Amino acid sequence: MIFKSKLPASPYIIWAAVFTLIPLLLVGYYAFTDSGGNFTIINISDVSKFGPVFIRSVLLGLIATAVCLILAYPFAFIMSRMNAGMQKIMMMLILLPMWMNFILRTYALMTLLEKIDVFVNRFSGFAGLGHIQIINSGGAVVMGMVYNYLPFMILPLYTVMIKIDKSVIEAAQDLGANTMGVVVKIVLPLSKPGILSGITMVFVPSVSTFVISRMLGGGANFLVGDLIEQLVLGTTYNLQLGSAISFILMIFILLSMALLNQFDADETEGMIV
Amino acid sequence: MDSNLIIKLENIEVIYGTVKVLKGINLNIHDKEFITLLGPSGCGKTTTLRIIGGFTEPQTGNVYFDNKKINGVPPHLRQVNTIFQRYALFPHLNVYENVAFGLRLKKAKENEIRTKVFEMLELVNLSGFQPRDVNSLSGGQQQRVAIARALINHPRVLLLDEPLGALDLQLRKEMQVELKKIQQRLNITFVYVTHDQEEALTMSDTIVVMNNGEILQIGAPQDIYNEPANAFVAKFIGDSNIIDGIMHRDYFIEFGGNYFDCIDGGFKPMERVDVVIRPEDIIIEKPSEKNIIGTVETVTFKGVHYEMTVDSFGVKWIVHSTTALNPGEVTGMNVSPDNIHIMKKTGDENESYEIDEISRMINDEEVNINDI
Repeated sequence: MIFKSKLPASPYIIWAAVFTLIPLLLVGYYAFTDSGGNFTIINISDVSKFGPVFIRSVLLGLIATAVCLILAYPFAFIMSRMNAGMQKIMMMLILLPMWMNFILRTYALMTLLEKIDVFVNRFSGFAGLGHIQIINSGGAVVMGMVYNYLPFMILPLYTVMIKIDKSVIEAAQDLGANTMGVVVKIVLPLSKPGILSGITMVFVPSVSTFVISRMLGGGANFLVGDLIEQLVLGTTYNLQLGSAISFILMIFILLSMALLNQFDADETEGMIV
Repeated sequence: MDSNLIIKLENIEVIYGTVKVLKGINLNIHDKEFITLLGPSGCGKTTTLRIIGGFTEPQTGNVYFDNKKINGVPPHLRQVNTIFQRYALFPHLNVYENVAFGLRLKKAKENEIRTKVFEMLELVNLSGFQPRDVNSLSGGQQQRVAIARALINHPRVLLLDEPLGALDLQLRKEMQVELKKIQQRLNITFVYVTHDQEEALTMSDTIVVMNNGEILQIGAPQDIYNEPANAFVAKFIGDSNIIDGIMHRDYFIEFGGNYFDCIDGGFKPMERVDVVIRPEDIIIEKPSEKNIIGTVETVTFKGVHYEMTVDSFGVKWIVHSTTALNPGEVTGMNVSPDNIHIMKKTGDENESYEIDEISRMINDEEVNINDI
């Protein structure tokens, strides 16, 4: 009977085994072996040389996530309070850019930022502001991340927010909560699952991206993703080191997810007590 | 102004799009009374309640609380609290924190909060429930939490929006008694919204019958029942026979194919009127030229009485009687003069239920981003 109920899931299980589990095991294998196939932790300890790259990746990822949250939160709330027709239109507008390929979108942004860079600097010279770097900067990378991943913040937030009953908000107002009180005591706690999954869905791809940083960051904003790509596919081929960096990145992401989930679980427990 | 007055609505109008949801409501609510807004779904009763609570602003008209105009005062600054239709408990808080919510906003001391929460939970018979998750409670228990939560701020007026609508009949009857007890014990004003006429009759000091965004009648339950202002009120409050009649002169009326003395006057000679006769006021007699003659069609046993439909020249009469007749039997019906209620024809009492439904929907969907 148990076998029967799991049968429909087997295509996915096979898929996941072939394309997720086995590659993961391979990453683990290469991370802990030298080119001769002998066990070593040299690769892992070598990762520490790339500390600044890790820090830059996490920093830019955090900034992009924060910007996404700040942009998406009020938007998702207002959207969730609109009438059904408007909500559909808004949803379309959010999803529309996602119909286009990610790389094409980033190319478009690159071209756009280049033009803006030229345009702004034509005037900043006159205004005595000196050169303002727009394309090929950390800011441009963050912008690329926000541009690409914003929908992944809006959607989970919107999904939890439409479930917040209007009458629950009215009940809070009725009991004496002003706007601030409603946001802090009702909307924030009730939308927390959305905040957490939004953070996950933006932070994880931001930290590991390489296309965005290469197209918009110039040479100076080299991220972990770029590093791995270069080691695995590029000129400085070193599969073992690349695997080790991937391995550490994966551990880091898993740890931060566990931390986030802990945050959620604590609250749920506090609720029942 | 009346010194006993706590809330006064003056010429309130609410329009959503092209639909007038409230058409000039005037209502005085007295301190410590149990007042019920009664009407069919979409008659504007909930909108009226929301205006008192501060959730809907009227386009025209004034709202007074304690002789002070409170138009534009947001809900959190009003001395009223609300029990919402579907309780609207905070799903992320337990029973204790739900009830404590109002006091926490006032930054009350922890031991004061504790004392009051326990006191409130005792009032609604939920002692011992404070650590429970509100989602695990039954409908009746959630209802009680909502009552405790609304009362902890000691409102001068409690607004109740069909609070018993989701409960089963037995529980509803119990809660009716309990709510009435709570109101008397706390000695505060209850403004109660319902579409259930029996509920309104059981609990209220004053009933306000509404339809189509208008108030049709305000009065004590007995007055509303015995002296309905028009055919709609008569029909809405209990079963009624509403028959066309002709007022020949004062205190003398023709209906049902016969002539009767009555106690009403002030109509034009030969004016067409609506005659309202309660089913229990019809006296079954032997057929004669003094009464209304009809044929019994159906007989249903209702516990205390039999409900019969009697066909008299195409008019169906509803008759309640403790003695049963047999279907097919020919009977005479009589009414004593003081049970004949005569009303001017209004002609529009059932106008546009649909528009009401639309306005209800708009009301439900109304979005108040600015409030948040």
